[in-house]
Amino acid sequence: MADGTIGLWTVPLAVFGGAIRVSTPFLFVSLGECITERSGRINLGLEGTLVMGAMSAYGISYLTGSPWLGVLAAGLAGSLLGALHAGICSLPRVNDIAVGIALMLFGTGLAFYLGKPLIEPTAPRLPAIDFGWWSDISQVRAALRINVLFLLGVVLAPILGWAFRTTRWGLLIRTAGESSDSARAMGYSVLGIRLRATMVGGFLAGIGGSFLSLFYPGSWNEGLSSGQGITAVALVIFARWDPMLCLWASLAFGGAAALGPALQSVGVTSGYHLFNAAPYILTLAIMIITCSPKRTLTGAPAELSITR
Amino acid sequence: MDFGRISRRHLLQGGAALTLGSALGVRSAAAADMTVGFIYVGSRDDYGYNQAHAQGAAALKKMSGLKVVEEEKVPETDAVEKTMESMINLDGATLLFPTSFGYYSPHVLKTAAKYPKVTFEHCGGLWTDKDPKNAGSYFGYIDEAQFISGIVAGHSTKTGKLGFVAAKPIPQVLRNINAFTLGAKLANPKATTQVIFTGDWSMPVKEAEATNSLIDQGVDVLTCHVDGPKTMVENAAKRGAMVCGYHVNQSPLAPKAYLTGAEWNWEALYPKFVKMIQSGEKIPNFYRGGLKEEIVKCSPYGEAVSAEARKHADDIKAQLVAGTYTIFKGPIMDNKGKTVIAAGTDRGQKDPELEKMDYLVEGVIGATS
Repeated sequence: MADGTIGLWTVPLAVFGGAIRVSTPFLFVSLGECITERSGRINLGLEGTLVMGAMSAYGISYLTGSPWLGVLAAGLAGSLLGALHAGICSLPRVNDIAVGIALMLFGTGLAFYLGKPLIEPTAPRLPAIDFGWWSDISQVRAALRINVLFLLGVVLAPILGWAFRTTRWGLLIRTAGESSDSARAMGYSVLGIRLRATMVGGFLAGIGGSFLSLFYPGSWNEGLSSGQGITAVALVIFARWDPMLCLWASLAFGGAAALGPALQSVGVTSGYHLFNAAPYILTLAIMIITCSPKRTLTGAPAELSITR
Repeated sequence: MDFGRISRRHLLQGGAALTLGSALGVRSAAAADMTVGFIYVGSRDDYGYNQAHAQGAAALKKMSGLKVVEEEKVPETDAVEKTMESMINLDGATLLFPTSFGYYSPHVLKTAAKYPKVTFEHCGGLWTDKDPKNAGSYFGYIDEAQFISGIVAGHSTKTGKLGFVAAKPIPQVLRNINAFTLGAKLANPKATTQVIFTGDWSMPVKEAEATNSLIDQGVDVLTCHVDGPKTMVENAAKRGAMVCGYHVNQSPLAPKAYLTGAEWNWEALYPKFVKMIQSGEKIPNFYRGGLKEEIVKCSPYGEAVSAEARKHADDIKAQLVAGTYTIFKGPIMDNKGKTVIAAGTDRGQKDPELEKMDYLVEGVIGATS
């Protein structure tokens, strides 16, 4: 320790730091998708929304010099894509999964097209709050440099859980998702509710994208997302449509993504492909443990096209 | 010719080529004497591998009488054959640069056999006598520039620990890691290089995690071999570590942290190739070179590089340019203690054994599998 190294402690610290650094996009996309799916619709296009959010955030931050305007722009771009998804799905006999796949390709393609001139410039990034001031170990301080967006996400998860349980809006979203007939009988427009839920979901996914380009890894390039959006959508099913479980699942995925590089850095070099695949192995394991042939997925909204 | 094998697609392609050829023939002859096609596997502005080639293409655009056509994000599949055929038949390209390693066999070889009048210059492949004569492969010994980066890194590190973020353990990558480490040990015999493999050419989150883990281990100078070094450079600089770049000059991203870097110099090589063709000279089918042949170069030193490091690096660079220095000079042990190059054996740059490298030299912490 005297030489400034922390030896094997790197691994738990990297997993902890990784959980904080890598989880934020997962968290925002999964919370957004949670709202959308609770209203009875699946938006698979969030991968495209994430990439589009990352690109717009970087572009706006570069052009205006304000990363926070970039975050806002990412959210707006996300809600526009959400509105597009909801708008197309409002038409009769349209399959939301197929539209989602189309929008995933559309979002990434559009972002790559518009993002061409943004790969080289350096845009102002989001600041980090230093929570590690109490420690004199530089590694701990680095792991505790936390972005506000992560904290927002952490606060948002219980609020969302509470809102689903106890607020009028939460009830409406759940009604639209569990039984559209009931919502209609109560005099509410199911399509209107779903439109808003998908737009809010897109807004959150866009913000998740802004974290990717403006904080960590912190630059715009075409390999930036590498499937994190689609992983986050799967994560919602895995979290049983519960915002708090989305938070824990995101943290677990973030930590698992840090495991491979961290183990290699302390000299555990054999089988790094296996450790790099840790997040997916984790998913499979939990899916196998929790699934049952005797019942449908617990917590699944009844109106979802996968459960109907 | 076997007429049974003419497919509908060939007929359509032939028809299209005839019509367009007659329609465009006059125009292309007047506008350009020669059309050159560039094919990239990724985005051409990746601040890395593909951008280096695109800078070479940009150098050709400045020459008179040349028309350059480009296509990016062409996968290493049948898609590249279609791209090459359309460049030949529709754009009239007579010189093609398919720049990705995986294009060569079988795609370039197949297309070259079909179009004997077109010249194919492939980056990274190993041309042999059995391959079509109108195809060729060129590559640069960028490990020479990595060796220089290693010397500068060895002088600059305070902890003696260097870090290398690598994509996959293939020979080209291992050769860079080894050259970097040998260079560092020349400057600081106790220096070690910790390597982390991310598993693929473009994995920004993994690259950022690898960078952070290395710095947590006390590494204070990093370099990499991935397609886009931007993530590593920016994240390392954010943590206060120093970096050596790769592919192109990344110093604008982190001017204070950037020491030097190993860069491709395609903007010097490609115009040379074109001039050779224009003067009727034959480009050697198997073309290789390093600092001496100006196929690779080193980034200008950053402000953090000491005078001592500059002097040492410049001295070795001059010997490499003069061709009097051998990097892989026996005895060299791998990091498991086995002798891989025996004492008295000099493996010069052109030694084909080096292109089959499957070990990490002593001083590298990490394993190839």
